[in-house]
Amino acid sequence: MNDMMQGWTDICALDDIVPDTGVCALVDGEQVAVFRVGERELYAIGNFDPNAHAAVLSRGLVGSLGERTVVASPIYKQHFDLCTGECIEAPEHSVRVWSVRLGADGRVRVGPTAR
Amino acid sequence: MKLVVIGNGMVGHKLLEELMAAHHTGLEITVLCEEPRVAYDRVHLSEFFTGKSADELSLAAPGFFAQPGLDLRLNARAVRIDRAIKQIVTADGEIIRYDKLVLATGSTPFVPPIPGNDRPACLVYRTIEDLQAMAEWGARSRVGVVVGGGLLGLECAKALCDMGLKAHVVEFAPRLMAVQMDDGGGRMLQRKIEELGVTVHTQKGTQAIIDGETARHRMQFADGSYLETDMIVFSAGIRPRDDLARQSELGVGERGGIRIDNFCRTRDRDVYAIGECALWGGKIFGLVAPGYDMARIVAAHLGALIKRKRSATNAPEFTGADMSTKLKLMGVDVASIGDAHGATPGSRTYQFSDERKQVYKKLVVSADGKRLLGGVLVGDATEYGTLLQMLLNGIELPAAPEFLILPSADGQAKPGLGIDALPASAQICSCNNVSKGQLCDAVSAGAMSIGALKAATKAGTSCGGCVPLATQIMKAEMKRQGLAVNNHLCEHFAYSRQELYHLVRVERIRRFDELLARHGKGLGCDICKPTIASILASCWNEFVLQKEHASLQDSNDYFLANIQKDGSYSVVPRMPGGEVTPDGLIAVGQIARKYGLYTKITGGQRVDMFGARLEQLPMIWEALIAAGFESGHAYGKSLRTVKSCVGSSWCRYGVQDAVGTAINLENRYKGLRSPHKLKFAVSGCTRECAEAQGKDVGVIATEKGWNLYVCGNGGMKPRHAELLVGDLDTPTLIAYIDRFLMFYIRTADRLQRTSVWRDNLEGGLDYLRDVIVHDTLGLAAELETEMQQVVNAYECEWKKAVNDPPTRRRFQHFVNSNAGDDNVSFVSERGQIRPATAAEKRERPRRIPITVETE
Repeated sequence: MNDMMQGWTDICALDDIVPDTGVCALVDGEQVAVFRVGERELYAIGNFDPNAHAAVLSRGLVGSLGERTVVASPIYKQHFDLCTGECIEAPEHSVRVWSVRLGADGRVRVGPTAR
Repeated sequence: MKLVVIGNGMVGHKLLEELMAAHHTGLEITVLCEEPRVAYDRVHLSEFFTGKSADELSLAAPGFFAQPGLDLRLNARAVRIDRAIKQIVTADGEIIRYDKLVLATGSTPFVPPIPGNDRPACLVYRTIEDLQAMAEWGARSRVGVVVGGGLLGLECAKALCDMGLKAHVVEFAPRLMAVQMDDGGGRMLQRKIEELGVTVHTQKGTQAIIDGETARHRMQFADGSYLETDMIVFSAGIRPRDDLARQSELGVGERGGIRIDNFCRTRDRDVYAIGECALWGGKIFGLVAPGYDMARIVAAHLGALIKRKRSATNAPEFTGADMSTKLKLMGVDVASIGDAHGATPGSRTYQFSDERKQVYKKLVVSADGKRLLGGVLVGDATEYGTLLQMLLNGIELPAAPEFLILPSADGQAKPGLGIDALPASAQICSCNNVSKGQLCDAVSAGAMSIGALKAATKAGTSCGGCVPLATQIMKAEMKRQGLAVNNHLCEHFAYSRQELYHLVRVERIRRFDELLARHGKGLGCDICKPTIASILASCWNEFVLQKEHASLQDSNDYFLANIQKDGSYSVVPRMPGGEVTPDGLIAVGQIARKYGLYTKITGGQRVDMFGARLEQLPMIWEALIAAGFESGHAYGKSLRTVKSCVGSSWCRYGVQDAVGTAINLENRYKGLRSPHKLKFAVSGCTRECAEAQGKDVGVIATEKGWNLYVCGNGGMKPRHAELLVGDLDTPTLIAYIDRFLMFYIRTADRLQRTSVWRDNLEGGLDYLRDVIVHDTLGLAAELETEMQQVVNAYECEWKKAVNDPPTRRRFQHFVNSNAGDDNVSFVSERGQIRPATAAEKRERPRRIPITVETE
């Protein structure tokens, strides 16, 4: 369907991501943390935690803080907003966000990054 | 000012603490202490027999006597005071000059003038040396008698029981604790104590002690009967030590005691007397709280003089003391409040007694029924705090005061005192003189747990009797300040961890989603998810990585390894008891070498391998499992290790098989998920080489079996474990550990180690012992069953993970590539790897490529 669409990388099947967890994808040489929240909601942010200097955000716990959907870094537990990439405890250590979507074929694709 | 303090008992020491805390300039203090050690806690002296050392009973903070201006002389007894030239002469002939003198000489036990009272094994109960003598004679005795059925006498009888002796109490009066108890209370107390194996003889006057036939002594009573015993301890009251005052003509009472005024001054303005040697208003105060009051009054008076205030008349004055007491005697709660005997003219009484539960309660109220005058509680003293505050603050009684002591029908709240009714000045902790106002201030300053409140105010740190009331005040104050007593786990669950545990058990909930749907909101978070994952595992012990549970796990549990600062992992195979075969060690070494891992021996007696990449973990574990190893759960809030010494198998001092027991315990509790990590140790003799007293559960071998210690901790805030119970056989040891662990899992807060849990436990060690050993909550069988279910459901998580394809697939860094994380890189140090620093990562050439031999 949209496989040929420019700038979108097919990374895995939706079923390869356990609900409410993340995986790390290699997209154009960059590490992107892709999260599945509930059955079909998808988010993608940078995998590198600037607080810990380690590429680990995909391994964090997913949850909500108030209205925001967040992941907690497994190293020092700072929270990152999955929609904006903002690090809630240390905004100067926020991360980038990628577009991500689920194809009708059940495949997860990561698109261009936004600031 | 040169101050001399004679006596370094509890009260004398309190005076020093007060003076030093005030940081007076120009104050030089000399302390004469006739004992070989500094002040210790006589209130808890009997704990010497349940394992507390003399050091642990010490009241002096480390470094206290090293402070400038404080000169301590141990083994120094004052023998004469020359008031005219203001000098003291010691037994060694030393002469010490003073400007002001404080006598804190305390009291001596009264030994009745019975012929034969100086025979061997006739002892008293006052100092640590006395206790050491009791322990020595106790080891050579079968039967022991305490003369005197007062408060101290009954404690002493407990000490005899603890040493394994058949204990008797001989009392001259018609009932036990004659001063504090009425007839009904005394009878109930006697019955309960006799059930614990102590024989009580009342109305017995001893006429002579002579050689016995079946034992060392025979006590001959006035009524012609006799009792044979191997040792005798006299605990028949105290006599103030006023000989120095008599010698220097300071003025003593007819029946002894140094006369003092409201500032605790003797007839010589430069000499004070405090504590049990002092006589105020014709009374001697044999409790520690009034003694502490006197110490504070003298400290304030001296402080005023030092600051050269011409008159110190505004300083606080001693106004007498309330002699109400609450204590636990041999596990029996006993309390006496105010006018316990109803001696006030016109007073009326209410009584309640339950012979089945063995509870006796009495209230004494004023003629008009509006004021509480006194009371007696035996078997259950929960109302003590409330009643005492009513008495001390003159709070008007409810219309039907009997309901204050009657058992409440199910679910109905008792007519409380209403914390709000208490004035801010109400003294809550009498030992440390802490008022309600001070407690409230501490709450405002951030003390929001009973542990924090104790640390901030010292309330509840001496006898502990006020802890329930202090807790109520804390909660009420937090509520009043809008701090909402919020023990909610997080924004998703308006419940405490304890409540959630209960919900999971009662509603048999097995899934986070189910609990969230029924009792929570939102998606959950990194607080509630791991907490509930842990609760579910403690209750049902399902595989933590199965689909429904996987997303709840903290990263460490999710990948069954410990994440390190650079995102690599460490791997720890279980080595129960620290025992490992040479082949096992070789296998671990080969695996570490193959994957280029950094190896280190842990404090828990096993090997930790660092620097594993996520994608290597399943291969490493396959190899470890093939070599016979299991998961060490180093990543989980669960049982870590059971450390051991080599025990009787090899050690010439060992008395039990420490390694075998450690291995059995580790295998029994491995994989048990709990509120925080758990560490055990087993030592094969009292030399304690396994350091079991620094562990959550410590087991120390004795000639007769095992001593069980609980709630110790090393780490950030070390805490010695406390002896829960001694000389257990192995099945009982395991049953008690089952109960202890399950009770902790059931009631602790999230991430609360057993040490902190214990510090916050209302009722303290006695309560814990009641629940675990005496089963007062009737929970023992249930707790043991719950533990057995967890034990039966154990499976090695790693074995399960490597053999489960969906789980195994998750162990790769990229979902769409077989590459590794290029952010993880190592440099060499002392022949092994370590993570590269940020600077080193920038110098790419020095990096060590990771070579993994493929299979």
